Amino acid sequence: MTDMTYAEAARFGLREEMLRDPKVWALGEDLGFEGGSAGQYKGLQAEFGPDRIVDTPISENTIMGAAVGGALAGTRTVAEMRFSDFAMCAVSELVNQAAKARYMFGGQARVPMVARMPIGIRGGIAAQHSQSPEAWYTHVPGLVVVTPSTPADNRGLLKAAIRCDDPVVYMEHKGLWGMKGEVDEADDEPIPLGVARRVREGGDVTIVSWAQMVHVCAAAAETLAGEGVSAEVIDLRTLYPWDRAAVFASVEKTGRLFVVHEAVQVGGYGGEIAAEVGEHLFAKLKGPVRRIGGPRIPIPFSVPLEAAYMIPADAIVERVLADFRQGD
Amino acid sequence: MTGNLANEPARIAGMFRKMLVIRAFEEAAGENFFAGNVRGSVHQYIGEEAIAVGICANLRDDDYLTSNHRGHGHSIAKGAKPGAMMLELFGKVGGTSNGKGGSMHIADFSVGMLGANGVIADGCTISVGAAQAFKLMKKDCIVVNFIGDGGINRGPFMEALNWAQIYTLPVLFVCENNQIAASTPNVKVTAGEGIAARAESFGIPAVTIDGNDLLEVDRTAARLVSEIRAGGGPRLLQAKTFRLRGHFAHDPAKYRDPATVEAALEHEPMRRTEAWLLANGMSQAEIDALRTEVDAEIAGYVEAAKVAPWPDVSTAFTDVQDVGAPDVVVQGRVVR
Repeated sequence: MTDMTYAEAARFGLREEMLRDPKVWALGEDLGFEGGSAGQYKGLQAEFGPDRIVDTPISENTIMGAAVGGALAGTRTVAEMRFSDFAMCAVSELVNQAAKARYMFGGQARVPMVARMPIGIRGGIAAQHSQSPEAWYTHVPGLVVVTPSTPADNRGLLKAAIRCDDPVVYMEHKGLWGMKGEVDEADDEPIPLGVARRVREGGDVTIVSWAQMVHVCAAAAETLAGEGVSAEVIDLRTLYPWDRAAVFASVEKTGRLFVVHEAVQVGGYGGEIAAEVGEHLFAKLKGPVRRIGGPRIPIPFSVPLEAAYMIPADAIVERVLADFRQGD
Repeated sequence: MTGNLANEPARIAGMFRKMLVIRAFEEAAGENFFAGNVRGSVHQYIGEEAIAVGICANLRDDDYLTSNHRGHGHSIAKGAKPGAMMLELFGKVGGTSNGKGGSMHIADFSVGMLGANGVIADGCTISVGAAQAFKLMKKDCIVVNFIGDGGINRGPFMEALNWAQIYTLPVLFVCENNQIAASTPNVKVTAGEGIAARAESFGIPAVTIDGNDLLEVDRTAARLVSEIRAGGGPRLLQAKTFRLRGHFAHDPAKYRDPATVEAALEHEPMRRTEAWLLANGMSQAEIDALRTEVDAEIAGYVEAAKVAPWPDVSTAFTDVQDVGAPDVVVQGRVVR
């Protein structure tokens, strides 16, 4: 086991895949000298050359579109968009082209590409660098959506995304770049897409989350244990396809579900999970399914304003306990 | 190859036959649109045939082509089977995409035709990425990107020009300037000196030709393709032409004076190529026979498409994605 940051683990996984398959290449702004916005490409251009770690102009349409073209031509591409906010410049290339090519060409084409677009609040980067638009892409047939929450997952899921023959929207959380965790260097198997991870076992309430909020939910579960509530925390890891079996099994056991995400609650992916559980497990529920998401405001800049947007662990604790008190 | 005068009439006759196939295909597509057999919209290539045929005659099967919404001609010229294409327009089994794409998503990857495209200029960025992949895999293939004059005002076109030039990519951008984008004359909405000047501003050599002159298209394409294949980087070819029909089959094109269309008929590529062949050893009887043969071939495809079976409903749910494949939900009822 080696201690790595979330960014280092991603770099480690990408390097493994580039060594394994000479047809893997990455393109984006400032990948060479800078090594990516968080060092997640550090040293790779020196090792693999400028044709496989490509420094591009600030041309989001073409970063994404060239990744589609490269994938159609038989290589595996990693399009680095730096911020999911900037990837919005290239939605046509992702949604109209990458997601549709295989289908509209009747199966003649495959688009093995990774659209890497970090999400989330990192602290003080405000409305155009902090958004979490993961729900947008879950809505698009053809796309797989991945949101890693730990260094080990960021290595293993990135490897799986690169090997996947479907286009994958890969959303790292910017607040996690420096997070340290254990990575087993010797185990180079990818982590299967679509399989959730149980972060904490519990019997009274299920809390489903992804990306950075997983850690906040885990902290909330710790506090809840002290209050006599045993919370099970599930990290979805992949949002589409999401691990229904794991969530359903947990809710069947606990009878209660909270879905917690940093993204704006309205139209957020929590609604999809809540609706599925409400529809299929209605008889097993002991209380209403709850969503806890961000308020419907742009991410503000100033310290107290940005903090007001965030969902701290104690807020989750409070909401969960309120449901139990109601039940008494 | 071009330049061999002894073979030139035979070469031009071969290309003329392809142009006849495109013209007959497009006429049939329009007729069957109005007959209700072809749904959606059909953007005909009528009047622009010499460009696709003259360019593709200089390509190999393993070269790639990306197209736009007016893609039938490009597809036939690159080698896609018109019979399969007609089935696709009808939405039937055996179509190029087995009925899942239709007119605007014709593709035949087996001959390097990477797809018509419903989004203007999105093919530009796909092209440079495919060219980058060729370079990475050390293949000497090239990519031809067809774009209309309407597309040159979209950002992806300008991004892709810059991109192709900085990485010295094997891309031939072909701008088919038919002077009008849907109903908007290009000159009214384009600043500066025009299409070629845009490429030149990125340092990309650009050539402007009469796109209705098959021999000129052929000669110019031969030169540009060989320069690109030799590693010379991207080129832009502006081929001036005229769209003889509306933007799509059901567009009456009331925005322009019918007299301009009448005048354009004199310069249209079928007549001009036919005149050249007559002056270079082909008889009228031979040309008429060729036309009859092609018309019968296309009529056969139409008849076959009319009686071909519809795709099974289950195929609507295939080829979406392997990870997270969709449930089969037909008309609101879950089947699987």
